[in-house]
Amino acid sequence: MGSMGSGGAVERNNVVLRGRADGPVVMLAHGFGCDQNLWRLVAPGLERDFRVVLFDHVGAGHSDLSAWDPQRYATLDGYADDILRICAELDLRQVVLVGHSVSAMIGVLAVTREPERFAGLVLLCPSPRYVDDAGYRGGFSQADIDELLDSLDSNYLGWSAAMAPVIMGNPERPELGEELANSFCRTDPLIARAFARTTFLSDNRSDLPHVTVPTLVLQCSRDAIAPPEVGEFVRAQIPGSRLVTLAATGHCPQLSAPDATLAAIASFAAVSAR
Amino acid sequence: MSDTGPGPAPGPHGVPAAHAAFTSLLEDNAEDLYENAPCGYLSTLLDGQIAKINGTLLSWLGYTRDELVGHRYFADLLTAGGRLYHETHFAPLLNMQGEIGGVALELRAADGTRLPVLVNSVVKTTATGQPLLIRTTIFDARDRRAYERELLRARQEADHDRERLQRLVTTLQRSLLPPALPEVPGLDAAAHYHIASADEVGGDFYDLFALGGERWGLFLGDVCGKGASAAAATSLIRYTLRAAAVYDADPAAVLGTLNTVMHEQYERDGRNFCTAVFGFLSPAGGGFTVTLAAGGHPAPLLIRADGTAGYLAMPTGPLIGVWDDVTFAATTVTLNPGDTLLLYTDGITEARTGAPHARYGEEALRDLAASLAPASAASAVAAVIALLDRLGAGVEDDTAVLALGVPPQAGTP
Repeated sequence: MGSMGSGGAVERNNVVLRGRADGPVVMLAHGFGCDQNLWRLVAPGLERDFRVVLFDHVGAGHSDLSAWDPQRYATLDGYADDILRICAELDLRQVVLVGHSVSAMIGVLAVTREPERFAGLVLLCPSPRYVDDAGYRGGFSQADIDELLDSLDSNYLGWSAAMAPVIMGNPERPELGEELANSFCRTDPLIARAFARTTFLSDNRSDLPHVTVPTLVLQCSRDAIAPPEVGEFVRAQIPGSRLVTLAATGHCPQLSAPDATLAAIASFAAVSAR
Repeated sequence: MSDTGPGPAPGPHGVPAAHAAFTSLLEDNAEDLYENAPCGYLSTLLDGQIAKINGTLLSWLGYTRDELVGHRYFADLLTAGGRLYHETHFAPLLNMQGEIGGVALELRAADGTRLPVLVNSVVKTTATGQPLLIRTTIFDARDRRAYERELLRARQEADHDRERLQRLVTTLQRSLLPPALPEVPGLDAAAHYHIASADEVGGDFYDLFALGGERWGLFLGDVCGKGASAAAATSLIRYTLRAAAVYDADPAAVLGTLNTVMHEQYERDGRNFCTAVFGFLSPAGGGFTVTLAAGGHPAPLLIRADGTAGYLAMPTGPLIGVWDDVTFAATTVTLNPGDTLLLYTDGITEARTGAPHARYGEEALRDLAASLAPASAASAVAAVIALLDRLGAGVEDDTAVLALGVPPQAGTP
């Protein structure tokens, strides 16, 4: 095992615990692009009944950037390992793990490695492979992924300039507080590039049949990243899983349709954690 | 223009200019301003469906209004990579912040051509704060993006060059040091070179080499300066010392030869003098006899078998290469079983310790050696490496250490 910096997993991943201390555990894992703020419209609704565990992947949000290691995070296993470390350190049991976007597959890897720790798995807008393959449509070509890396580079200049600590004073939107503009989705461009590569070039199709915990697949009716047939593919590959399609547009239903997303997660978690 | 005295100048039809400006403002009605603005305007529903689009953007894209309004989404206008970026960064940020600006994306026109743009969006809300729709302005950024690409490319090239330079420096540095120390029967030898800067070749050097007939030569020193000229001088020093050692059995004479060679260069360009310790080594009894001479270099440390440590009593000697008529003096010391001789450069004693103006110093190094005594060559070098680690960025100059130890005889503690 390599050294993992001075602090434990809780500090490294900026873990935030909310909600009922004695409630069943719901752990929310954000995807590529932003940080745990993406759950801001869903987490409060879960706090009444559940122990809600939020965190930032290493490299995102307020995680310990010095813990980022290109080798460890070159595959999704490094991220899955972080989830297991958080669970071990906080002694979380019977966890319902909710993984959005790339974290859906990170979740698949985590529950496969330690099934006894998890009571359920929610895959929100999952895709086991983004690039098209023989007999499989992921929705993107290799050239498309290169284009994304290019987009990240193009917005690199803007990012570096915006690194200056401009404090937003916005009386109409106090919830922004002293948060920096765009900070929810900003990270070191090199890390963003590496995470994009790991995310969009991974292929986890063969991991799906090994999931043994109860699984709910949640997809949007119109998602530019994960087409409907991908959700159906995931459901067919995970034994006993259920697919629910939310009447929502985009890749982030927890923002665009928070109530429906919350309801689906809460009812599944309530049954699974029983 | 005729002189009409004070007051507004007349316009072309005798109307005052201010009045003419006002009239043309009336001509610039809001509808026309929207349709033919020098930027693209786009209004979409919260899910991104296109609700309204101006003439400028339509002409950039080559679509008719009917093809887009009510049928297409904003993300449909982007390249595939841009769509991924939109879904993973742009849309969530816009949702969370209510606005986002200065994002570089590429639009895909009807004929497949790409248009680099800068995009700003705000969410329009009702009086009670309910989000209603998204307003987006789009600026043609072809020139700017071309320029930014140049900047990015320049930066990537600079990164690449730096990597190449660092590789070159490491390779060059390695070529100036012995790849491995030779086997000397009855003696343990260990060395370490600490590189202070990855971007520049340092000027420290050391060597240990066989001369035949149970004799070995050794040296360690420091060239003034860094970089290419220091590397060239180091190379000159190594070959001069190795050659001189073959013909002269007196370390003082060897340093004298080096001084002559270095001084010739120094006369020409006034650069690159050096400090060095040179010595010969031969077995004697159960240990070794070492004859040493120094030129401007601190005396080596003797870490004794009896648990004490101290600097050898020998003259520091003149700097090498600066003056033409100098003499060096040789000193002889015996290394008995359990003794270790430690040669070092001042990168370590000159290291900053954190306190203002404080340097690590020769006294601290001697105390460290005393705390180790007795110590093998390997453990003495390991202790110096640990010290360098602890001093971290305080070590501002390269540091070389060479340790020669006679293993304790079987039965001695």
